[in-house]
Amino acid sequence: MNLGKFPYCKKCNAWRVFAVLAIVLLALPFVTDALLGRGWVRIADFALLYIMLALGLNIVVGYAGLLDLGYVAFFAVGAYNYALLSSPQFGLHWPVWVVLPLGGLLAGFFGVLLGAPTLRLRGDYLAIVTLGFGEIIRIFLNNLNAPVNVTNGPQGISMIDPVQSGGISLGSTQQVFGITLPSVHLYYYLFLCFTLLVIFVSLRLENSRIGRAWMAIREDEVAAEAMGINTRNIKLLAFSMGATFGGLSGGLFAGFQGFISPESFSLTESVMILCMVVLGGMGNIGGVILGGVLLVLLPEALRNGAGPVQQWLFGKTLVDPESLRMLLFGLALVVVMLVRPAGLWPSTQRRRELSDDDDDVVKQELESVYGSSK
Amino acid sequence: MAPQNNSLLELSCVSKYFGGLAALSEVSLYIKRGEIYGLIGPNGAGKTTLFNIVTGLYRLDEGEFNFDGIAYAHCKPHVLAEAGIARTFQNIRLFANMSALENIMVGRHVRTHTGIWGALTRNVAARAEERAITQRARELLRFVGIDGPHQTLAKHLSYGEQRRLEIARALATDPKMLALDEPAAGMNATETESLKTLLQTIRNSGITVLLIEHDVKLILGLCDRIAVLDYGKKIAEGTPDEVRRNQTVIAAYLGGEAA
Repeated sequence: MNLGKFPYCKKCNAWRVFAVLAIVLLALPFVTDALLGRGWVRIADFALLYIMLALGLNIVVGYAGLLDLGYVAFFAVGAYNYALLSSPQFGLHWPVWVVLPLGGLLAGFFGVLLGAPTLRLRGDYLAIVTLGFGEIIRIFLNNLNAPVNVTNGPQGISMIDPVQSGGISLGSTQQVFGITLPSVHLYYYLFLCFTLLVIFVSLRLENSRIGRAWMAIREDEVAAEAMGINTRNIKLLAFSMGATFGGLSGGLFAGFQGFISPESFSLTESVMILCMVVLGGMGNIGGVILGGVLLVLLPEALRNGAGPVQQWLFGKTLVDPESLRMLLFGLALVVVMLVRPAGLWPSTQRRRELSDDDDDVVKQELESVYGSSK
Repeated sequence: MAPQNNSLLELSCVSKYFGGLAALSEVSLYIKRGEIYGLIGPNGAGKTTLFNIVTGLYRLDEGEFNFDGIAYAHCKPHVLAEAGIARTFQNIRLFANMSALENIMVGRHVRTHTGIWGALTRNVAARAEERAITQRARELLRFVGIDGPHQTLAKHLSYGEQRRLEIARALATDPKMLALDEPAAGMNATETESLKTLLQTIRNSGITVLLIEHDVKLILGLCDRIAVLDYGKKIAEGTPDEVRRNQTVIAAYLGGEAA
């Protein structure tokens, strides 16, 4: 199987690829705007937000192997932290460079809060507890409007300040070097910076002492502990690192949307983020990014594409595109998982684990049976 | 049989119960520095239970357990690993989807310190430590005789290599005592012989070895002293020659009343 093999890049080639990628990413909002309309730039913004979330969850699920079904709770913590500290809700308008890191830290703390009681749990049991945690946070936010109104309950918080600093607001069109940048473009670049930061952190952690400890816990917790890894601390670290990413993107989300309500943080969101990680390729940063992009774009493409395709095929719209898109989307997920069980772009390790290199296995079996006689 | 000053590990009157069953009852033994100490006994005699107590997997119910002069009766496995007890498992427990090299690098975890900050900034200290970890892991791979590409996943190694990789991973923690749970299980004669040489080399490098084994020939030929367990009790202890002639041991292995 050479599906996963990528052309070998020399160093100069790597730089060339890097330069092309940079230009593509920088030009993307303008090209999208010109070809598909501004709505798609907004979708690109969301794709970046989800990539950040998926990379955060990847630390917990992909590296440390802890199945977390309540990840969206950290997204909610970050978002509400931003919303409460910079909106008319309390009349607070703290600067963004305080609120965003604070949201990350707060979410990280919540990560530890979730991690501490679940240290002994694995697999299904952990999934259920984290699921409960996610729901608790959502219901909490939903009901925290009485007796003291903190979160405004189901109505949510509106008129949240856009991300702004030094008199420059990303919420309105800005002129930069004579180029007119609408708000969605500005957010695109901001999110791109944060996404790159998250990718950088993930990459560095993956190939480090900490990253290896996470993977050791994923592979065999008992053996990991016997090798001297303090599994309690290392697992809590995974939870809080993942949660920090979630909190950070939550803050960005609140600033970008200007309005948040508990509805945005339902279980479906957690499942969606988990799908990005699993479908893209657990434990592989490239795969997770791919999963994030696809899972944001696919429903939108189906929403916009299903109508015209039906018109073209049948001359009229038979099924409402809105109801069709989730059906097709679910179907696509099933097909991908059947065809590529390790994800679209699996990490080298999982690829080897799940690919059918029977030859190797057979050879080894033969060796172990007959090898001794030589 | 008073423990001597040069003893590394001391167990006194250690008992462990599972429900009403005494898996170990009042077992006392000591292991001297630099020796190869064997633990034998029929199936279900309590060998692995004792082993798991020494490595922190089980908490003992009664008794004391000292390692290198410090009491460790109720400590977690990672504390004992840090104290200098490294182990292998009866049924191999490698990090199957990590490469052979990475498996050993994980073993270095307990002796290294790079945290989040070091990993993110990759500063001078972190890079130096990472290089040292890799280098030591390579050395250990060679030491246990696993040649070929280091990137092979642990689960794709041959059975004998997996056993040896587990030993290498344990050695990576710089142990004072290496505890091996049936390392020769499933090995053929050649592999057992090379294992024997390996264990002798390890002992000669100053590491004490605690060995559980069913291969009586191996254990009699390798160990300095042997303890025999039966039904959770220590029924004999001594040099291989003493144990071989011990009537209680013969009875336990062959059945029937001691002659």
